[in-house]
Amino acid sequence: MRLGVVTFPGSLDDVDAARAVRIAGAEAVPLWHGDHDLRGVDGVVLPGGFSYGDYLRCGAIARFAPVMTEVVEAARGGMPVLGICNGFQILCEAHLLPGALIRNDHRRFVCRDQRLRIESTTTAWTSAYEQGQQVVVPLKNGEGGFVADGDTLDRLEGEGRVVARYVGANPNGSLRDIAGISNASGTVVGLMPHPEHAVESLCGPGTDGLGFFTSAVRTLTATI
Amino acid sequence: MASVVVDVMLKPEILDPQGKAVHGALPRLGFEGVTDVRQGKRFELELDGEVTPQRLDQVRALAATLLSNPVIEDFDIRVED
Repeated sequence: MRLGVVTFPGSLDDVDAARAVRIAGAEAVPLWHGDHDLRGVDGVVLPGGFSYGDYLRCGAIARFAPVMTEVVEAARGGMPVLGICNGFQILCEAHLLPGALIRNDHRRFVCRDQRLRIESTTTAWTSAYEQGQQVVVPLKNGEGGFVADGDTLDRLEGEGRVVARYVGANPNGSLRDIAGISNASGTVVGLMPHPEHAVESLCGPGTDGLGFFTSAVRTLTATI
Repeated sequence: MASVVVDVMLKPEILDPQGKAVHGALPRLGFEGVTDVRQGKRFELELDGEVTPQRLDQVRALAATLLSNPVIEDFDIRVED
């Protein structure tokens, strides 16, 4: 089982994402933004950070990085892809997921341990959770407000594509408290909070985030 | 040489926290009577040669692909004299 983790200029959480992949029992394969090569991986994680300094719009330039040609093609072909924070922004910019992430409504960077409710367990990245299960993982973003038009939001809700929702006070102005969504087939998931920072009890708020990665390992083991 | 300006603005229905921050600062500086501020981006593109309809179509495609995100933003293109 090989899960690739892409490093863009300005990625911050690629090392933690790779560590989470390894703890989940898969091989973490480093992927480089400048290569047209996925190195034979079975799934891809787009990590958090500030790719290209968040210039233009968050994720707007990373979306056109050479490796993204391959990621988009593979994602459209059904490969599991998880975008975390900046990775979520990149997936939206690449139109693999609907909507967009804008600046937090309260205009401040938010960094906290955040409670989420898992709303969909049918995706490649959430099958290890129970429907409605609450988890706590770090959240840290300046531009994490999920927005989409009303029809898109209704479609996401109707098709069960809201993957996770914020519990308690909305931390960033995301419409309908949406913390994560998936594509129609559930293979591509974007998530604003950071499960990769909650995979070991030594640091972080616990190990609630590990399930995202074990889910992918389980999904891929079942299909390969 | 020709200059083409692309203005990108958040769609009216999208919250603009940066504009709100600027707006909030104005009364503190003594500027009264400004009822709203929206912040956008201006891109100045220098083209070689003449601006033809085909070139403008290219700029339009570029603006829709990279300079703006059509999910949340609108853009406007004009040729500078």
